[in-house]
Amino acid sequence: MNTAFEHPIYNYKVVRQFAIMTVVWGIIGMLLGVIIAAQLVWPQLNLGLPWTSFGRLRPLHTNAVIFAFGGSALMATSYYVVQRTCQVRLISDRLAAFTFWGWQAVIVSAVITLPMGFTTSKEYAELEWPINILIAVVWISYAVVFLGTIKQRKTAHIYVANWFYAAFILTVAVLHIVNNAAIPVGPFKSYSIYPGAVDAMVQWWWGHNAVGFFLTAGFLGMMYYFVPKQAERPIYSYRLSIVHFWALITTYMWAGAHHLHYTALPDWAQSLGMIMSIILLAPSWGGMINGMMTLSGAWHKLRTDPTLRFLVVALSFYGMSTFEGPMMAVKTVNALSHYTDWTIGHVHSGALGWVAMITIGSMYHLIPRLYGDTDMYSVKLIAVHFWLATIGTVLYIAAMWVNGILQGLMWRAVNADGTLMYTFVEALEASHPGYVVRWIGGLFWVTGMLLMALNVYMTIKRSSSETQPLPQTA
Amino acid sequence: MDMGTFRGITTLLILIAFLGIVAWAYSKRRRKDFDEAANLPFADEQDEVTDSDRASPGEVDARQDKGDKNT
Repeated sequence: MNTAFEHPIYNYKVVRQFAIMTVVWGIIGMLLGVIIAAQLVWPQLNLGLPWTSFGRLRPLHTNAVIFAFGGSALMATSYYVVQRTCQVRLISDRLAAFTFWGWQAVIVSAVITLPMGFTTSKEYAELEWPINILIAVVWISYAVVFLGTIKQRKTAHIYVANWFYAAFILTVAVLHIVNNAAIPVGPFKSYSIYPGAVDAMVQWWWGHNAVGFFLTAGFLGMMYYFVPKQAERPIYSYRLSIVHFWALITTYMWAGAHHLHYTALPDWAQSLGMIMSIILLAPSWGGMINGMMTLSGAWHKLRTDPTLRFLVVALSFYGMSTFEGPMMAVKTVNALSHYTDWTIGHVHSGALGWVAMITIGSMYHLIPRLYGDTDMYSVKLIAVHFWLATIGTVLYIAAMWVNGILQGLMWRAVNADGTLMYTFVEALEASHPGYVVRWIGGLFWVTGMLLMALNVYMTIKRSSSETQPLPQTA
Repeated sequence: MDMGTFRGITTLLILIAFLGIVAWAYSKRRRKDFDEAANLPFADEQDEVTDSDRASPGEVDARQDKGDKNT
């Protein structure tokens, strides 16, 4: 790697590696999403092979976008933010390098084992036990690097973004280890140590906190640094951010049961999950308002700065999906929405609208700075990417709302004599147009990500040509 | 203690904890600390000339003024 941009104090190398892999895994993960969306429109695209069937590629898509794209983005930004707000270099370059290569090894093993059909069948925890052990080792190293760096800080305070990152790192460590406790019976086969309904509850305790801590707390850390930086003003209310932090992390922990409404889970646990989910609206919106209000007096910047537009629209989608989530956790609403495409739409309003957009905005701020500049190669390309991403997300979630409500209503419709009015396949047939629209939305997203890759490539190329010595004529 | 009383007490304790955090965060004594903390993203900009008009790091440090060694 070019050493011309080595920062005198900070370790930017590991940040650069993770930032570039964020773009690479983003393209791969979203392309996989487009492929499986196309399979739902044209089932022949399964190709009749086990390795390319929907059931195996779908977990590969979720793992790639959450853990490869999201994980790399979180590690890149957390290493950058913790160094810059603590004004100190990462505690160990070697251990940081290990987290990079270790994490990439985890992802590559997922890319190999999931299509081969090795799976625990636990959602967002599909990987089998040897990979889970590697994840635990890498994750604990990540915690050591991050928390060790905070310990060595030169500043008096720990900036709020670091609180969110630290909570995300510690909680994911605990959740991962508890949920994946299993008895191996072969090199790629294990059984969970929890029985029946307990296993389901532990799984969704993990599953919803993958959303609450991995995809929310971590990315809120990103928000608390990059929104103020890009808007060039401090966060609207630091005090609100403290209340936001404690309220959010205490409540998220207990919301997972809403994934198990009307199942064998005890009724009181379902109600508790529902109530905790409703309470979550308050801290979530507190955080959203805090981010949004940071722009007060700087709204005009949105006209000229597409990077800031990414960050602010991400916050809008965050507000939207954190309203939708508590609503869908209400048992009576869930009776209509559960097992339908509405859930998929809700996840993507969070995953594309919030997680991916805040990541992309942060990357457009971060990447030029890692290469000794403050602007990307082309601001126009960022603006085009912004519109592709926004239109893609709206197409996706609107299609899934229509499909979800349609499916929910068709499944519950009964004739006067109590028999079902529609067969399952009739609801599936009615969903077909929505699947086409969703696939088009996905295409918009992948196109935008390819433009981002081009823009990143040109930014890096520009900076390396600027710093290289002129060739001598001799 | 029956289950209802236990739940009532837990709810009360959590409410007190929440109000405690709010009171702590919004107390006047903390204002200076939090203003410093809120400016941390800008305290480190030697490589970004555009924002050089902001306060430099270590210029103000309310914690040390109060003898708070928890750093």
